[in-house]
Amino acid sequence: MTAAFDEMRASDGAVRPHYRDYDAWLSAQSPKAMGDKRAEADLVFRRVGITFAVYGEAAGTERLIPFDVIPRIIPADEWRQLEAGLRQRVRALNMFLNDVYHGQEILRAGKVPAELIFRNSQYRPEMQGIDVAGGIYAHIAGIDIVRAGAGEYFVLEDNLRVPSGVSYMLENRKMMMRLFPDLFARNRVAPVAHYPDVLLENLRSVAPQGVTDPVVVVLTPGMYNSAYFEHAFLAQQMGVELVEGQDLFVQDNAVFMRTTRGPQRVDVIYRRVDDDFLDPLVFRADSTLGVPGLLAAYRAGRVTLANAIGTGIADDKSVYPYVPDMIRFYLAENPLLANVPTYKCRNRDELEATLARLPELVVKEVHNAGGYGMLVGPASTTAQIEGYRARILKDPANFVAQPTLALSTCPTYVDAGIAPRHVDLRPYVLSGAEISIVPGGLTRVALREGSLVVNSSQGGGTKDTWVLER
Amino acid sequence: MLSRTADHLFWMARYMERAENTARMLDVNMSTSLLPQSAESAERGWRAMLGISELTPAFDARYPLLSARDVLDFMVRDPTNPSSIYACMHAARENARAVRGSLTTEVWETHNDTWLNLQQLINDGLLESDPQRLFEWVKYRTHVSRGVTIGTMLKDEAFFFIRLGTFLERADNTARILDVKFHDTGGASELLPAGRGNGVGHQQRDFYYWAAVLRSVSAFEVYRKVYRDVITPERVAELLILRGDMPRSLAACINEVCDNLEKVRNSRSGETERRAGLLRAELRYGRIEDILHQGLHGYLTGFLERVNDIGGRISQDFLVPLAAS
Repeated sequence: MTAAFDEMRASDGAVRPHYRDYDAWLSAQSPKAMGDKRAEADLVFRRVGITFAVYGEAAGTERLIPFDVIPRIIPADEWRQLEAGLRQRVRALNMFLNDVYHGQEILRAGKVPAELIFRNSQYRPEMQGIDVAGGIYAHIAGIDIVRAGAGEYFVLEDNLRVPSGVSYMLENRKMMMRLFPDLFARNRVAPVAHYPDVLLENLRSVAPQGVTDPVVVVLTPGMYNSAYFEHAFLAQQMGVELVEGQDLFVQDNAVFMRTTRGPQRVDVIYRRVDDDFLDPLVFRADSTLGVPGLLAAYRAGRVTLANAIGTGIADDKSVYPYVPDMIRFYLAENPLLANVPTYKCRNRDELEATLARLPELVVKEVHNAGGYGMLVGPASTTAQIEGYRARILKDPANFVAQPTLALSTCPTYVDAGIAPRHVDLRPYVLSGAEISIVPGGLTRVALREGSLVVNSSQGGGTKDTWVLER
Repeated sequence: MLSRTADHLFWMARYMERAENTARMLDVNMSTSLLPQSAESAERGWRAMLGISELTPAFDARYPLLSARDVLDFMVRDPTNPSSIYACMHAARENARAVRGSLTTEVWETHNDTWLNLQQLINDGLLESDPQRLFEWVKYRTHVSRGVTIGTMLKDEAFFFIRLGTFLERADNTARILDVKFHDTGGASELLPAGRGNGVGHQQRDFYYWAAVLRSVSAFEVYRKVYRDVITPERVAELLILRGDMPRSLAACINEVCDNLEKVRNSRSGETERRAGLLRAELRYGRIEDILHQGLHGYLTGFLERVNDIGGRISQDFLVPLAAS
């Protein structure tokens, strides 16, 4: 664990080439000046209202996600490899989703166990046989990448339902350019600010057939959702309406929004509401966030939902171990980005291997996300480990286990000064008429010393992510 | 635009305007309470503040006795009083947050910043140490919020609904401020003939009283400029009711309401426009003698009902989601 790969310094302490310029600049800054900049960042984030709501606290409680002013820098050649790997992976995942909800060739070929799909709560039988525009299901994918060992990149998980965080990628960059304009004059950092345009173009490209000038909206659960800021931000940046379920209605299988001048047709819904809440007539009847009749309009091909319903079957942690096989099956290519080796506790021998090594593993529930409900063996007490063992034994198929990766570290401001902290990376992959990736992503950082959990719900912070242009 | 969005914008503006007018009223009452007067008359002044805002029952339910301190506390910083400055600014900010994407970044940040600063000022005890500075600050922040709206927003529906909210609320508030005398004397005194003398000679008292009303709507200097004469109640009423060029007068507010209504007109708003237009015509061609002959309190009460009716109709026409027709 001590030998984590550091993004900035090699093991002999020498600064890596792509950080040299930054390091020279940083060592010329006084601690006081940097302290002022950090305070300014805090103040601006609060004034701008870049906050997230914390579940379990009083409604309306807003918090800042801690922002660290030291950027995570990715050299150009590494990014090119990452980008190729991401394109390949997301292409295969979309082909898998199309296959699962149509001919199911991959199941018949025995590459993915059929019962893993059909007995999975993330599989949506309502989607079977429905043709979605362009055959695209995961229009917006957030792929979590970690770096371990000697510096290899691994995919930790795919987020294909309603991945969030892209607004922080954009706001963090804006903040850095405001705080340190001189840095951007001396480093060739690839811009990210055009993401909303690319997103809008992407969403328009998957409008229902025959719609020439599609109306796009962003559907939010409302202002008390943890990611509300992002929903409002993206709608504003794209120049489209931010709607709630109550603003929409379905008539004759077409979706309309209620406006001051009467109903207006809606063609593409970038929805940030989970499947379960989308249509109370089909899914959860108690949902007030959705739109009655939406699924019928969707099935009739009169509206596009991005992402499609049922994408959870491809990013479920029990399906994750099969993604490299999907790439080989659909694309006849070798995966460019590796998976983290994963024990599937549903298999007896892998369960036993897991149970024998619990103190060294990370164990996750297959349907959970956000860092909730997982066991980090090396950071847990014996009692916690034994408690978790009992949970695994009760329902082994609900768990997967992975070695505890020594996530790479990046220098980060902490109370005691600058110290290495573990980071991950979430680039955003947009799929429509073509695949687009804005060079960058969200770097999350675990602020507690030694912690490997980067989720903002668990005390993680963020950094600006620089992809160098050369 | 979305009906829900329009609704949030409309109410964002109304709450901001209400916060401002509450600050204006309280500010002026603080100043006049410094004049030599009996304790009862000072208490009547504070009670009038509650009366204007229809807060007397809520206040009495909470406080057994009336003191200036408690009235200020209740009307400025009490989060459970939905009309307090604190609650209004919070509501304005929450409405803004619900539609922040429809506002320019500057408008949103202004509302958010105002709200963050207000909490800070209240926590720092500014209401206790220097209430009039707090009122100045509230006025200043509402000026900023209007200014940034006019200075940065596209003149489209979003802007028109904000303006509608501002002027409908201001019409209501100015009418209430004008009616303060009625509340001050518990209804015993109408504008003409003037009220009883008490300590200070009643003519002199009247001067201070009407000067205070003028100051509360930033009209004291305007009055001097327009009339170049001593302050008389008739002219104060004329200035604040009928003068279309006086920015906080009823006529000016209703003009703006009509202009903005016309710009957002839809298939069902005809009757609302007609009623607003009728009110505008009456203000344009009305005479102050007739209004005073009818009785100022009666006139203002009728006016408030009509403003309320127009507000309700705007909700029905635009803001309550329009179902498929």
